[in-house]
Amino acid sequence: MKLIFERSVPGRGQDIFPECDVEVKLPESPLREKAPNLPEISENELGRHYTKLARASRGVNDGFYPLGSCTMKHNPRINEVMASLPGFTRIHPLQPADTVKGCTEVVDTLRKTLCEITGMDDMTFQPAAGAQGEFTGLLLIKAYHKSRGDEGRKEIIIPDSAHGTNPASAAMAGYDVVVIKSNEKGMIDLDDLKAHLGPQTAGLMLTNPNTVGLFDENILEITRLVHEAGGLCYYDGANLNAVIGIVRPGDIGFDVIHLNLHKTFSTPHGGGGPGSGPCGCKDFLAQFLPGKRVVNGEYTQAENSIGCVTGFYGNFLVMVRALTFLLTNGSDGVPELAKNAVLNANYMQEKLKDLYPVAYDTTCMHEFVMSLESIHKEKNVSALDVAKALLDFGIHPPTMYFPLIVDEALMVEPTETESREVLDNAIEAFRAIYKKIIDSPAAVAASPVTTPIKRLDEVGAARHPILKYDFSQEKAE
Amino acid sequence: MYDPKELKYSKSHEWVHYDGDDVIIGITDYAQDSLGDLVFVNLPEVEDELTAGEALGDVESVKAVSDIISPVSGKVTEINEELLDSPEKINEDPYGAWFVKVTDVEDTEELLDADEYDKFVKEEA
Repeated sequence: MKLIFERSVPGRGQDIFPECDVEVKLPESPLREKAPNLPEISENELGRHYTKLARASRGVNDGFYPLGSCTMKHNPRINEVMASLPGFTRIHPLQPADTVKGCTEVVDTLRKTLCEITGMDDMTFQPAAGAQGEFTGLLLIKAYHKSRGDEGRKEIIIPDSAHGTNPASAAMAGYDVVVIKSNEKGMIDLDDLKAHLGPQTAGLMLTNPNTVGLFDENILEITRLVHEAGGLCYYDGANLNAVIGIVRPGDIGFDVIHLNLHKTFSTPHGGGGPGSGPCGCKDFLAQFLPGKRVVNGEYTQAENSIGCVTGFYGNFLVMVRALTFLLTNGSDGVPELAKNAVLNANYMQEKLKDLYPVAYDTTCMHEFVMSLESIHKEKNVSALDVAKALLDFGIHPPTMYFPLIVDEALMVEPTETESREVLDNAIEAFRAIYKKIIDSPAAVAASPVTTPIKRLDEVGAARHPILKYDFSQEKAE
Repeated sequence: MYDPKELKYSKSHEWVHYDGDDVIIGITDYAQDSLGDLVFVNLPEVEDELTAGEALGDVESVKAVSDIISPVSGKVTEINEELLDSPEKINEDPYGAWFVKVTDVEDTEELLDADEYDKFVKEEA
């Protein structure tokens, strides 16, 4: 399809601005030498362009989207209605606090509710996404050790099943990353953990349930060992959806956490964002919380704050959506959604594991990981091929090749918002693809055939990316 | 291109060529095949100290980023800068596309000869 610049016709445009009828005198120096290359296009052509783009993309509104570890749940429309209320949209962060009382109440209520759900004492909404929440949490850990003069703690321990953001955030915060192994059950290897704990340990970062969809059965022992060594325990809330309302990170030994409002709490997710990755902590860390805060209707700042990690108070309208979601579900509904998320994942796992071997054959949490290693070896059909074949069934592929500890991994997370019919349809698609792998593996390797774009040249795009549009080329033609 | 028969191998699929007291390190055909088409390479800098068993750099395919484990401790004297612009060389010619040259070599990991490595790969596959 054409780029918007390729649809441009000189002189065509839109009459949004009237002709300027006052004399404008600008100094020479800041003026451009020539006009910018903006597309010239009529309003109806512009509308068609973006409608066409929208048709070529795919989202939760188009169909099942079981992208593992991403919690692509339905975002209830009432969230959008609340976030559009003028009292929430026509405000400014520099307004006096007593003129935005409804808004400060949203922040206070959401903070208290999320603290209750997670077992934390305090929380900041500044971080704009999960990885920034991790970074903030690590800075709290760093500030804590520093405040005690305990500056030899240079290492953050992270299991090999972790999301890539964990080691990246730790490195950004100035820590050395120590990777520990998972055992044959997909849990943290306790001996390996013990071997790496010591006076150099600043903390542990853990996602629980972890990225293979399993709740670590030794969690109490793990957090005890880390505390005994003088480290703090960081809970990555990426997979909170499996345990929300049932297990509180604060009750199982965690000192600091982040949440992804855009995953667990049904706010827009993906390119559409913006995200929100609030960072919660226990009382003894609250003095270090970042930047500007709203507490009990007042603007304030933590005593020994690490400083701002973004501007102002966070992505406020995302917070409005998350609070709407929580109030819609209520205290009885929240644990129910975790149970349904786990039930849906187990239902799919059970219905597929005779054909697609699961990496860890046990009851899973909110997601499960299949390994197509044997299928790949025997039929030369890879996890990528199966992911592409699902597109022809109108299903967004699961997460591929993650976690790294599972070969030819496909990671499926149905979420609680899908019905049994949708799951059955996806199970049928998986089983039909398996039959095709046996009968005509080449056809699976050639999929998708029904999408606007077939196989992408990912290697070519990564090796020789075209990152800008060349106007000079267009004129030469 | 180095003769695969003459090289030494680590169990993490790097090859080592001995050039007097110095060594040249690359990754094996099995490694490049398992990783798939490589799109990016991170190399150490000249003068960097390598530690046996720790990452000397990493390679990125469309699937994942994987560490390249240094089979020896020592000091980097030269890096193959061509790989930075053309990571596909590693897929095309794994035994020619060397990563680093290392001097002051000490503390080498347990290495296999060509036959032992072949056997090791067959067992792993």
